[in-house]
Amino acid sequence: MARKKRVNELGLSKSDYAGASTTLCAGCGHNAIIGQMIAACFEENIPPEKLVKFSGIGCSSKAPTYMLKRSFGFNGLHGRMPSLATGALLADMSLIGIGMSGDGDTASIGMGQFKHIMRRNVPLVYVVANNGVYGLTKGQLSATAEEGLALKRQGQNKYMPIDIVWEALVGRASFVARGFSGDPKQLKTLFKAALHHRGTAVIDVISPCVTFNNMDDSHHSYAWGKIHEVALHELSFVPPGKSIKVKYEKGETAEVTLHDGSQIILKKLGRDYDPNNRGAALQLLEEANKKNELVTGLIYINPKQISIFDIEYLPPSPLNRVPDEELRPSRDSLDKVNAMMF
Amino acid sequence: MTEEKPKPGPVVNDFSITIGTVNGSGSQTANTTLMRAFFKMGIPVSGKNIFPSNIQGLPTWYTIRLSKDGYVARSETTEIVVAMNKDSFQEDLEKLIPGGVFLYADDIRQEVFREDVLAFPMPVKKIIRESDTPRKLRDYLNNMVYVGILAHLLGIEVEKLQQALDFHFNGKQTPIDLNMEVINRSMKWAAENLEHESPYRVEAMDGTDDYIMSSGNTAGALGSIYGGLQFAAWYPITPATGLPEAIMKYRPEVQTDPETGKYKSVVVQAEDELAAAGMTIGAGWAGLRSMTATSGPGLSLMGEYTSLAYYAEVPVVLWNVQRMGPSTGLPTRTSQGDINLAHYLGQGDTQHPILFPGSVNECFEFGWKALDLAEELQTPIMVLIDLDLGMNQWMTSPFEYPDTPIKRGKILWEEDLENLDWEWGRYLDKDGDGIPYRTVPGNTHPKSAYFTRGTGHDDYANYSEDPETWDENIKRLNRKFELARTLVPKPKIHRRDGAEIGVIAFGSTDPAVSEAGDILEAAGVRVDYLRLRALPITTEVVEFIQEHDRVYVVEMNHHGQLHQIISQDIPEQALKMVSLTYNTGLQLTADWVKNAILTEEPGFSEKPGSFSD
Repeated sequence: MARKKRVNELGLSKSDYAGASTTLCAGCGHNAIIGQMIAACFEENIPPEKLVKFSGIGCSSKAPTYMLKRSFGFNGLHGRMPSLATGALLADMSLIGIGMSGDGDTASIGMGQFKHIMRRNVPLVYVVANNGVYGLTKGQLSATAEEGLALKRQGQNKYMPIDIVWEALVGRASFVARGFSGDPKQLKTLFKAALHHRGTAVIDVISPCVTFNNMDDSHHSYAWGKIHEVALHELSFVPPGKSIKVKYEKGETAEVTLHDGSQIILKKLGRDYDPNNRGAALQLLEEANKKNELVTGLIYINPKQISIFDIEYLPPSPLNRVPDEELRPSRDSLDKVNAMMF
Repeated sequence: MTEEKPKPGPVVNDFSITIGTVNGSGSQTANTTLMRAFFKMGIPVSGKNIFPSNIQGLPTWYTIRLSKDGYVARSETTEIVVAMNKDSFQEDLEKLIPGGVFLYADDIRQEVFREDVLAFPMPVKKIIRESDTPRKLRDYLNNMVYVGILAHLLGIEVEKLQQALDFHFNGKQTPIDLNMEVINRSMKWAAENLEHESPYRVEAMDGTDDYIMSSGNTAGALGSIYGGLQFAAWYPITPATGLPEAIMKYRPEVQTDPETGKYKSVVVQAEDELAAAGMTIGAGWAGLRSMTATSGPGLSLMGEYTSLAYYAEVPVVLWNVQRMGPSTGLPTRTSQGDINLAHYLGQGDTQHPILFPGSVNECFEFGWKALDLAEELQTPIMVLIDLDLGMNQWMTSPFEYPDTPIKRGKILWEEDLENLDWEWGRYLDKDGDGIPYRTVPGNTHPKSAYFTRGTGHDDYANYSEDPETWDENIKRLNRKFELARTLVPKPKIHRRDGAEIGVIAFGSTDPAVSEAGDILEAAGVRVDYLRLRALPITTEVVEFIQEHDRVYVVEMNHHGQLHQIISQDIPEQALKMVSLTYNTGLQLTADWVKNAILTEEPGFSEKPGSFSD
């Protein structure tokens, strides 16, 4: 007897959220990102047609092809996914945007657009698949590679790395998280929370490149991540309208309520950490860097930060469905305009 | 008493004024007030602002041409000079024709070294001191002194000056009164103190009855709004900035939703032109009527995204208000030097239709037409104007309401997909015209989604590196381009009986070329004039060239870019075409066109000077 397919509340199976078969390397960290994004969208019962995928250029930016085939997608230009997403998402504010980028895409050519999408707080799940190396062009150092990293092709890196999380905090992103492809459970929860956040949700995912940068002592490798990962908390996500299932001891957890009423539950792990405090987040990163710790989890969140959807003076119904007859101002109004000229 | 020669009567409504001031001194108010007053008196008029790339301090000029015959191109001669700037005093004095009028601020202690002009020192500082002008505003109102003195000398109607100021200050009484007080005081001073009469006068006529006054940037913005514009992203750059600014100024007037009070459009000031292009293309892809406006340097930055929009077939409109390049060039001077850039923008075999509005009114018309064409053809449409057309105020016929309904092209929503009896593919050429059907995000039909990419793709938008698929796809895009040839605005042709030679020009040079045609006819040379309004060229252009012995292609760049493009398109006619290029950053004049053609014409070139002024 055939096993009954598991379906979500929409009656869709996980395969409805799948994409084309991946052509990334076997073991590539990005495959974990793709898998967890599919799972998060499936479990959150989001209609695939409500999701829109965007990406730049690079291995990371190929990811949208391998997930959510029933969703619209646009593979844009290197470092310029954010502008593409900004223009497109304003066409229908009910859509949920997923932006896939990489460390080359975001921390080099895309630094400007990365900073500016955060400033505008465009609602977008902005995932940086961060492996410290250029994969498609065969192994050059990227701007997030740690000082001292030695790669076959170029030798030792002598420059200081750019920290995506640090840049996101300084750029006033309203949601900043770090995940690790070797910690899929946490990654899925972060994705779920980000999908419900009304604002730019930056998730820096340390996602090892098994071909060019997975040496045990590389800061973007599985081995290094497994040893050095320090999760800030144990995360769970409660969708809007649902109640918390697990009972926690008093004082053991903290909650963050998102724009749509959903909740992120943060269970303490060893330390007291308040993700509503940007200053504390920067302090945490500075200390973690000194101790060679890979801090993961929800590092900062401000669900109340105003988004471009709230700032732009737009009617609630989708702009791209405004009927033709309403697009053009009236004939009378042109007489008024002509009279306004000298 | 010496016997005087009988004086000729004054020249009425047919002369030019050049005003030399210091940039940032508030002279714009004075100069546009003068021009608007002439306009309200019914005198055909044009004003050209020749300004430096600077906020304050460098010399700037404004030329006003009055022409009872309706010629609005810049004139090579100037009959009246107003010198308010000591740094350009000498140069300004030299510009004047013999017998011209020279007004100058009397605090400029320089010699009026010409004796063949009528010189009037103006006690600017004294008049201002005696006026009600608050001390801190004195520097700004200095310029109103020459407005008043010219009003006396030329006979400008005071109430027309008042109307112009009323418009300029949007009815705000305090600045209007302050300015009018200086004007009245200066007129009074002139009446009491000036001994000579001006040989130039203005008289009310009815030459502007059916006209409004506006700029190409404002008209382009309004035309786009009436084309159903929903999204614009831009980055500040001279001389294009006025276009998006006009969208923001006028959309609350005409685009407000009566129920919600909200606008049905978004304007985003991007972080640079790379992002402006990305946003515009994102919005166009998602089904919004979308545009950006920039100038040459910005368009260069938009190249890669434009190439993507071309290949992925995303409708967008790109306005390029041209300034002088290469490089930063002359940012505040005009040019038609971006034709090649705009036509071929992007890597690979890209080619984009270009619309060339030739008047402010046409900027409005092509504003909405460009958005229609972009969505019909699913491709980037360029609209090229220049600093002169974009930034200067021009008299123009009032904007006309679009005479065709909005065209959205081939777009499928849920119901359409549900009722299809064929299998839709994003790039499938179902109709055989090269244009596929598209869907946009938000469409909830399970078959609606597709993946857009700048990489190779097949009819169903799947990734493909297949050689035949690639080749076929590019061929289809070129079929679309050939279709554009039949959809873009046709040229306007002005024929003269018996003309054997032709002229092709476009854009802001129209007034100069038209006027040159009249001058040439008076000199016995008849030319037909084709004003090109778009690329690719239409059959009318080919026929026009075929019909004539020689065709002059007049444009404001060095290489003769349009001449090259047309020559490539119809190589068999190429030898008949002569490139005439003017590339100084100043606006083209009728005299230049006339001289350039006569120099080339057999029978005239041997007799230099025979048609000189």
